[in-house]
Amino acid sequence: MKIDTTDEQLLAGLARNEKKAIEALYKDNFGMVQAFILNNNGSSDDARDIFQEAMIVLYEKATSGSFELTAQIKTYIYSVSRRLWLKRLQQMQRFGAPVESLAETVQVEEELEVHEKRNEAFITMEKALAHLGEPCKSLLEAYYLQKKNMLEISTQFGYTNADNAKNQKYKCLTRLKKMFFTQYKSGS
Amino acid sequence: MDEVVLQDAVDRYLRMEMTQQERIMFEELRRSNPDVDQLVVAHSFFLQEMERYGQLKEFKSSLNEVESKLFEEGAIKPERLSAGGLVVNMWKRYKRTIAVAACIGGITAVFISALMQSISPKPDAKLLELGRKVERLEHSQNVTSQQLHEVTNKIDPKAELKSGGTSFLIDGKGILVTNAHVVKDVSSVYVQNMKGDNFRARIIYENNEQDIAFLKIDDSDFRSVGPLPYGIKKAGSDLGEDIFILGYPRNDIVCGLGYLSSITGYNGDTLSCQITVSANPGNSGGPVLNEKGEVIGILSTKQAQADGAVFALKSKYIYTALDSMKRDTAGIYPNIRVSSVSTIGKLDRVQQIKKIEDCVYMVKGY
Repeated sequence: MKIDTTDEQLLAGLARNEKKAIEALYKDNFGMVQAFILNNNGSSDDARDIFQEAMIVLYEKATSGSFELTAQIKTYIYSVSRRLWLKRLQQMQRFGAPVESLAETVQVEEELEVHEKRNEAFITMEKALAHLGEPCKSLLEAYYLQKKNMLEISTQFGYTNADNAKNQKYKCLTRLKKMFFTQYKSGS
Repeated sequence: MDEVVLQDAVDRYLRMEMTQQERIMFEELRRSNPDVDQLVVAHSFFLQEMERYGQLKEFKSSLNEVESKLFEEGAIKPERLSAGGLVVNMWKRYKRTIAVAACIGGITAVFISALMQSISPKPDAKLLELGRKVERLEHSQNVTSQQLHEVTNKIDPKAELKSGGTSFLIDGKGILVTNAHVVKDVSSVYVQNMKGDNFRARIIYENNEQDIAFLKIDDSDFRSVGPLPYGIKKAGSDLGEDIFILGYPRNDIVCGLGYLSSITGYNGDTLSCQITVSANPGNSGGPVLNEKGEVIGILSTKQAQADGAVFALKSKYIYTALDSMKRDTAGIYPNIRVSSVSTIGKLDRVQQIKKIEDCVYMVKGY
């Protein structure tokens, strides 16, 4: 199967969260996915949801580093979208008609399993952070996600010194870990 | 406080913020202290999760950003299915459901119709019975009406045939003349005028050879009608003369028109003459009158085979019979006066009949 160099480039761009790459992928593939969803009992909003999820799956693959594209990105996105939509139809108890295929598809079951686990983890983290409350959430995000150093953070949040900020960060992190792991375990 | 320091150390270690010296020392600590080592591994796992969360969150926001931007630009747009597509879509989605529903509907319809047929009474047989009953009723009704018809038929012709006939006054005091065969073999005689009044009568003279008889009304209700409008002609009549007759072939008086077709009767009988007129049983004994309103004869018989050949006794024999009666009864009825003069000669026939009809009676013999 012929793999375009542009596909490789797009994938690399996606992994780096480049908006140009995302835009290009949207322009090339969204119409196709939307047509498929509309022809199978879906709405335009459903199409947007499914396409975003497919893009996330693609992003996860791209960032995992071990991803080798075995088909065109178009085929891959279509296959993932189709599988996701089928699953959602089953969840909505709409067994009506078998989902019709407009284009060729590739096997995406494994990727989707991984994606689902990742999605669970993401949702768990999101919930845990939400439960954590402010200023813990912002403090941890500033340190761990935005990679700010403790001095910056103590100034930003108004702590008198970095040690106090560190103390606070420790308490917050302990709470977050506890919540995350209990939920993650019970969730999975 | 110790844990806080340790945690900070782990963070700084993982973020490569330690100095060379610190790093060597921390790695030494990890090797010598498995708890610290475990803490580092666990923390790094958790940080990975957080990192992934952060990245994905960032990516999602990028996605949303790009999507809304593209929507605004119109590079991608929400679409709707066309109506046809929608219908096709609906059909595809529900065709199995529709098929099942149709099957259930069909089976239910068949079942219900079978049930109705089995539990409903048999209306056809009952209707048929009813029909037959009505038919029978109609039939019996027809029979009844037939019987009624027969009864009326039996009564009338028998009464008319056996003793029916006509008579007319020759004297206003109640003397009538008729045919002898009209009152033959009867025990009692009643006469009825055209108004329907019945009077008891008595046969006072009978001559079977001449077929003439005289009746006398013997009833207290009878009032003399006075002088008769017509006269009884003594002389003979002329061939071809117009005549009319009055009589009771049925319950009402009937008038018939004709002419004198022969001055002799059946087989050259000189007692009678032949007239051509429509006459029926019951006309017997009735008067035959000419244009002047004179009685020229008594209608007596009719030739069975020949149509319209009717015979009438000539009127002059009324006088002959009267004379012989006076002679035979030795002057019991001396007062009978018969006029030969007609008083209605100038009138037209309709007016003549109006005067005459009161003097013509139906004869009923019992």
